[in-house]
Amino acid sequence: MNNAIVVSNLHVSYYGKEVLQNIGFTISEGKSVGIIGPNGAGKSTLLKALLNLIPKDKGEITILGSELKEVRKRIAYVPQRSTIDWDFPITVKDTVLIGTYPTIGLLRRPGRLEKELALKCLEKVDMTEFQNRQIGELSGGQQQRVFLARALAQQADLFLLDEPFVGIDATSEEMIVKILKELRDVGKTIIVVHHDLNKAEKYFDELLLLNKELIAKGSVKEVFTPKTIASAYGGQLSFLDEVMAK
Amino acid sequence: MIHFIEAVMQYGFLQKALITSVMVGVISGVIGCFIILRGMALMGDAISHAVLPGVAISFMLGINFFIGAVITGILTAVGIGFINQNSRVKNDSAIGIMFTAAFAAGIILITFLKSSTDLYHILFGNVLAVRPSDMWMTLIVGVFVLVSVFIFYKELLVSSFDPIMSQAYGLPTKMIHYFLMILLTLVTVASLQTVGIILVVAMLITPASTAYLLTDRLSVMIGISATCGTISAIIGLYLSFTYNLASGATIVLVATALFFTAFIFSPKQGLLWRSIRTNKQKSAVS
Repeated sequence: MNNAIVVSNLHVSYYGKEVLQNIGFTISEGKSVGIIGPNGAGKSTLLKALLNLIPKDKGEITILGSELKEVRKRIAYVPQRSTIDWDFPITVKDTVLIGTYPTIGLLRRPGRLEKELALKCLEKVDMTEFQNRQIGELSGGQQQRVFLARALAQQADLFLLDEPFVGIDATSEEMIVKILKELRDVGKTIIVVHHDLNKAEKYFDELLLLNKELIAKGSVKEVFTPKTIASAYGGQLSFLDEVMAK
Repeated sequence: MIHFIEAVMQYGFLQKALITSVMVGVISGVIGCFIILRGMALMGDAISHAVLPGVAISFMLGINFFIGAVITGILTAVGIGFINQNSRVKNDSAIGIMFTAAFAAGIILITFLKSSTDLYHILFGNVLAVRPSDMWMTLIVGVFVLVSVFIFYKELLVSSFDPIMSQAYGLPTKMIHYFLMILLTLVTVASLQTVGIILVVAMLITPASTAYLLTDRLSVMIGISATCGTISAIIGLYLSFTYNLASGATIVLVATALFFTAFIFSPKQGLLWRSIRTNKQKSAVS
């Protein structure tokens, strides 16, 4: 099996303050992986560093077997919901259509083919009836589904999602999980920043447990040991008890 | 009104004034949409003030003042970005520091030019004194700005809406930002004679904000904004000519009147319908 992501010796800092230290891991194609860890562990930073949205101090990153700039168009990234301006004058349909922008290139406009693709993706997340709504009129879960539809429209091989389950309803969460599993089953690689330990084992094949350093990586069983959780979540005792109780 | 139309037919200076201000209304309406959606209204104000030293230097060197204006406009934009990224000074403070500095330098340079009327016209505009060369320059700039927005519409849309995603798929978002700053300085210089430096920002943000209240689609918003800019220009010029009022200020006040009309009567966002809907709901449940 090919590797979707190979990271070695990655260091990232903000203004001299180290956020990620000596991170190294490999993710095979066709896996769904959850990045978990306490607040401020550098989960989103890792995702952004993979995409070179923040510069790294040191380290090697290979994505889909090449350098990042060769494969950018094969990656779909879903940002945290809080970074989006939900008052922006754009409809649900047009938001999904943006997913086709990377591949149609400069100077061209999305045509009939792209519009059909966008509608198909909207159908997949069951949002067709909302296609002409402004995106701010939707609930949190619906918004997240629309952004997943946009990622689907990118027809990518690697999907990176930053906290997609924050502040959304159970139905939307189930639907998103189901679609992500389907994508994995057809060989796509899924990486999700996730904060809820409870559901992590149901959602992902593998976990990356992060707290500035990589604490553990592997199957859910391998990662969820009292020792690793304690070293990641050290001070946050209530959280620890919750996990221990399971 | 008929008197105004007759006058436009009759007087060349009025025709030039009308064409120039309509063009300014259109292009500032179009660029203004991107400025307000990116949360850069203050930046618009800054860049418009920052062209002053460039205009002054261009006069001294006898070169076309678009060149100097674009240079000092962009330098100021770069300076604001630099301070913002390299200190804890907040963005609005960085903008305030840099544009007032540029503006102050501009005032001193202009006084070297020895004619105080120039300064007055640059600051407040004097659309009735537009020369044919100015009008053509405005038209050329206008066409350039409109064509640029048309060509890069897709990229401007996505980088304004979701800059992180655009960067993730490889769009040069920084370059797009500075390209927009260049367009902004061009629009500012084109607007100098119509509304003047001080009030340019009104033409950028007022029609665009009016449009923002009236639609949920960017393409429609741009159309409405350009239309509001045009209507403001025509009615403003008419009032200015008929009642002998300062042209730039009159145009801006017409734009403001349009904004408040939308603010109150907009079907979706307007104050009036909102309170009617609220009251209906209240009485339905009580």
